[in-house]
Amino acid sequence: MGLDVRAFLALTSAGFRRWSTYRQATAAAVFTNSVFGFLKTYVLLAVALGAGGAAVGYDGPMLVSFVWLGQGLIGVVMLWGWTDLADRVRTGDVVADLLRPVNPLWTYLAADLGRAGYATLTRFLIPVAVGLVYFDFFLPTRPASYALFTVSVALAVLVSFTFRYLVNLTAFWLLDVRGVMLLAQLMMGALSGLYLPIRFLPDWCENVLWYLTPFPSMLQAPLDIYVEYGGIGTQLAIVSGQLAWVVVGFTACGWLQRRAAWKLVIQGG
Amino acid sequence: MADASRGADIPAGADSGGVLSAYTRLLVAQIRSQTQYRLSFLADVVSTCLMSLLDIVAVLVLFRVTPALGGFSGRQVLVMAAMALLAFSLSDLLVGNVERLRFYIRTGLFDVVLLRPLSALGQLLVIDFAPRRTGRVVQALVILAVALFLVDIDWSVARVAILVVTPLAGSLIFASIFVAGATVAFWWVESGELANAFTYGGRDFTTYPVSVYSGWFRRLFAYGLGFAFVAYYPALFLLDVPDPLGAPIWLGWGTPVVALLAMTVAACVWRTGVRHYRSTGS
Amino acid sequence: MAYRGPALPQYGFLKVPEGQSRRAVAIIEAEELRKEFVVWRKVGRLRRQRQVVSAVDGVSLRVEQGETLGYLGPNGAGKSTTLKMFTGVLAPSSGRLRVCGLEPVSRRVQLTRQIGVVFGQRSQLWWDLPLRDSFALLRHVFRIPQAEHAARLAQCRELLGLDEFLDTPVRQLSLGQRMRGELTAALLHGPRVLFLDEPTIGLDVVSKQAVRAFLTQLRDQGEVTVVLTTHDLADIERLCRRLVIIDHGRVVHDGSLEALHARYGSRRRVVVDLDAPWEQVPGLSGAVVEAVEAEGHRVTFSLAEGVTAGHVITQLAGYAALRDISIVEPDIEEVIARLYAASDDARSVASG
Repeated sequence: MGLDVRAFLALTSAGFRRWSTYRQATAAAVFTNSVFGFLKTYVLLAVALGAGGAAVGYDGPMLVSFVWLGQGLIGVVMLWGWTDLADRVRTGDVVADLLRPVNPLWTYLAADLGRAGYATLTRFLIPVAVGLVYFDFFLPTRPASYALFTVSVALAVLVSFTFRYLVNLTAFWLLDVRGVMLLAQLMMGALSGLYLPIRFLPDWCENVLWYLTPFPSMLQAPLDIYVEYGGIGTQLAIVSGQLAWVVVGFTACGWLQRRAAWKLVIQGG
Repeated sequence: MADASRGADIPAGADSGGVLSAYTRLLVAQIRSQTQYRLSFLADVVSTCLMSLLDIVAVLVLFRVTPALGGFSGRQVLVMAAMALLAFSLSDLLVGNVERLRFYIRTGLFDVVLLRPLSALGQLLVIDFAPRRTGRVVQALVILAVALFLVDIDWSVARVAILVVTPLAGSLIFASIFVAGATVAFWWVESGELANAFTYGGRDFTTYPVSVYSGWFRRLFAYGLGFAFVAYYPALFLLDVPDPLGAPIWLGWGTPVVALLAMTVAACVWRTGVRHYRSTGS
Repeated sequence: MAYRGPALPQYGFLKVPEGQSRRAVAIIEAEELRKEFVVWRKVGRLRRQRQVVSAVDGVSLRVEQGETLGYLGPNGAGKSTTLKMFTGVLAPSSGRLRVCGLEPVSRRVQLTRQIGVVFGQRSQLWWDLPLRDSFALLRHVFRIPQAEHAARLAQCRELLGLDEFLDTPVRQLSLGQRMRGELTAALLHGPRVLFLDEPTIGLDVVSKQAVRAFLTQLRDQGEVTVVLTTHDLADIERLCRRLVIIDHGRVVHDGSLEALHARYGSRRRVVVDLDAPWEQVPGLSGAVVEAVEAEGHRVTFSLAEGVTAGHVITQLAGYAALRDISIVEPDIEEVIARLYAASDDARSVASG
């Protein structure tokens, strides 16, 4: 892979530091996420009330945690707005990346993990704190759930990264990647459980999303694990699903990137 | 910033029409330059339509799971959602591009705006006009028509009047929030996202009945920012359904008043923002 | 794009408001103009300290109608800030300012009709539309009478050679072409003052010459007041009869180029190339040996003030082994650099 552990950590820390300079933007994002947290909480609580106390197995406190952890994770998982690679493709700078002895996939991954780390300290902790203060939060009954939640979040970041990377790679073929980005963002937002829990959708819809798309693994997965939906069996199944998508994601990225490099070499970009 | 003497020095023989003509020409030029990128334009129209469709789909999905929301049935909430969507789409069409203020300040192009004999806000609204947003307005109209068809409304002159006036007045309320929110850029250029909490947040808020919310949050959004008047009270009037929160039914007529108030406040905030920009550079 | 003879303006580049005599009022009157900014500087690792920075520190200036003024200063001296105050974009912290008899901040809209501004780095033109359309739009924005607009546009087209790219979208124009378009755009509404902020920056030689020729024409007509901010000293030498140099927010020189040279004692030089070096360099009246290079084959003489080159050369003609003589004019860059250094010294003396 061409990258040793120390170099990887150095890149991660660089990513962390870079994102820590965007103070104003982070503050604005935290504020906005929190406001939307309030909006969603009230609506979903009303849904639970209207459904007689619980909707599709989610009761009030579970929904509260679902919303606020979800809002917190938006920044960590970064559901939209990542165009670093596509920008470099557009300007031609990406050639420098591909000429290095290190696979750019890993360097970008390291930077993204740094970013996720910073986001965890700011964009995750603050909204969760707000939710805890104002609403009745669900707390997991099993200690294993906390551990599984952490693992699941890490996997979610990886799945999201591979998907974002794939979308950015299309910049090698498409001149204007804006349309694809918009569509990708739409899907990531709507189908990952951000607007409402996926389990609200009809069964067939839900199954297609879980098994055939990586989106639920990006957000819904860790949230469901936290609210202990269905029991330990379900939690483990969810994590396995995420793992599968991580493998698929990285394989796809590697394959597409090789094709992109090939295109560059043969066609001269 | 007293622009009172604007008309005093126009040379006799200026035959190019009034100030309105200037804005109209700018608008037409903007539309022409947009349609230069035809494929992008089409893709934009499609994706913006999909995005606003998502709001309605969300409401429908919620009602799969529960028979009532805040004491209202699915069809009733659909009427509120549709009215809110129409008001929002209209305001987004007219004023949505004021968010570009951030870009103009950062690149120094706002100075160019200040060097023309037109109002700064007027120019901003017209310069980046996005004709693709008309698709959303049409779509919202269709959805509203369908929603009204699904409910039983006892139509009267008053109700028709409310139906016509509310989306327009409601869009002015949203527009005021848009402008006031964009003004934040004069003080903090990087915090553009802040305004989204109230513009797009407002849209989400108005999609559902106010009875869903509670506490200081409801008081702030529904009454403080006036969002309850965008769709909720007018819808109650149309549907002839009493407010679970006990407000009188004639509040449905309050939308134009609230709109006027909102515009006044937004205008003041804007003036303050421009004055601040001109006293501190950027 | 050759300049073909003197322009005979039917409408001219000047639009004189009715009832106002031409020579009555100074175009720009600035008295003790000041602009202060509040800056938050990092002190230590976490805290910030509030500091007041003076960008413009008491600038007083009077510009008469028809003058062509060069406005010069190192980066951060306050040039752009002053320009923004003149054009009404920025409000001064204190001081009196009148441009075209109007107070820029409160009479912004009125003032925009009387001034034209060309930014080097920001464009006033419509990016995606052909250049021609920008001009048409400006007619409506500024409400210029049709005939006047057409006449001015025709003049500019001829003088600046716009015809070849009039129908090209602005985003496809080269920088030189765009700058010519910007100049036209700034003059279409017949302003009384033209402000130029670094207009020749980044331009190729041909475009620079075109712009300079055009500005020279404007200067010679004497109707439009031109205020030119620039780093390019060649612009100054060729265009400006009056030079205002600003440093650290203060005016350090306000006068002609000759006055500048005189004040800072810049000398003209005579450089003599020899076939064979002199054993002893001759002492000439009115000249001092400044440098001896190339093992004595090149001698540079520095002329004293008021001494003509002819006087020195006549003396040199008597000496054999002269191969070549050249006269070197004082380097304005050197003068300016010395001026900045002098003003730095003055400041440190004052504060120290």
